[in-house]
Amino acid sequence: MADDIRALSTELAQDPQSLVFLRLGEALRRKGQLDAALRVAMNGLERHPHLADAHDLYARVLTDKRDYERAFDEWDMAVRIAPNHTGALKGLAFLYFKVGDLAQAEAHLEQARKVEPDDPSIDQAIAMMRGGVSPPAPTAPTAPTAEHAPAPTAMPAATAPTAASPLDESRVFAGLEGANEGLLLIDGAGRVLGGALRDRSGADVTDAVAAYLAGVSQEAARTAKLLGLGAWNGLSAEGQQGNVHLAHPTPEALLLVVRERGIPLGRLAILAQRATAMARRWLERGT
Amino acid sequence: MSTTLDLITRVRGVRGAMLVSADDGIVVAEQLMEGIKGGAVAALAASLAGRLRRAMEAAGTGTSVFWHLQAEQGALLVVPGANSPGGGSILVVAVAEPDVNIGLVRLELLRVAEKVI
Repeated sequence: MADDIRALSTELAQDPQSLVFLRLGEALRRKGQLDAALRVAMNGLERHPHLADAHDLYARVLTDKRDYERAFDEWDMAVRIAPNHTGALKGLAFLYFKVGDLAQAEAHLEQARKVEPDDPSIDQAIAMMRGGVSPPAPTAPTAPTAEHAPAPTAMPAATAPTAASPLDESRVFAGLEGANEGLLLIDGAGRVLGGALRDRSGADVTDAVAAYLAGVSQEAARTAKLLGLGAWNGLSAEGQQGNVHLAHPTPEALLLVVRERGIPLGRLAILAQRATAMARRWLERGT
Repeated sequence: MSTTLDLITRVRGVRGAMLVSADDGIVVAEQLMEGIKGGAVAALAASLAGRLRRAMEAAGTGTSVFWHLQAEQGALLVVPGANSPGGGSILVVAVAEPDVNIGLVRLELLRVAEKVI
């Protein structure tokens, strides 16, 4: 393995544009050299930002480092680039299972099975998941299995998804970046339904912001209607120190995404779309 | 001031532009296509701007410098906070078609906001 890594490193040094970084990153990951694997994956992504395999590799390393939020984003990006990327589909299934969203986990595995019906690992993962055991974290399809991969982890009983309350407010945005500091879901009266907000100093400002936003959804709807613009879809705002995006997962609920000013409004809108879909599913589960 | 609003209304896809007193929601100047109820839009835009400003300040993002309400058939774009000669705060508002170049309208709104201080 050490020889492989040396050989792959040399190959990459000779041709930095080559895709050998995928094999090198995976080899380092399997050897447990996660920081080195992360660097290789990030450098590869910089050179090949539209390569689904690069996002998949980066997500696998992030998962090993227990950075599930960013891993989710990377796998999500991989399936946007390549909707049939089974590695990314299995990765998303794994993360959905971890946050207790069994329906989404199974849907992603089923989608992967449609693409690769002969892959026994997918059937195995579905069976494990139905049995309440976490499916294994995904590995690269070309890599040898088991010996260096992280051991499949059965979830402790206390955190098993079947034991979780379906409307546990901490789970609304589970898996999304900033789930507990930059995403907030409120009802029309300004009551917090899920998520949380912190200001730049780290202070919890959830309740204050929720109170100020009460009624915004109705007011935005009235304004759009009066202008003959139809239903409103979202409201983006640039602040001096940060940007925000408002959306409404249901006519009554309001979703707020807050990020630092460096995050462009367009990216914020994409993040808000994902959060809106999650919030809608979460709200539907409670009705 | 109407001439200043030309900067905004000449952008393709813009249906109208207004200067609105943020404190009371009254129209200061307007250039609107027929059918847009300026007074009502001004009142609602000012109210929405006020709520948004308070929420953003509470969230620690500072005062808003631009906001944009997206709807199925168009958009409302606002640059808040320029001070009028009388001392109050002015909103520079544009009403636009859905396919308008948002970035361009934003730039023109900011230019107008600088001029009316």
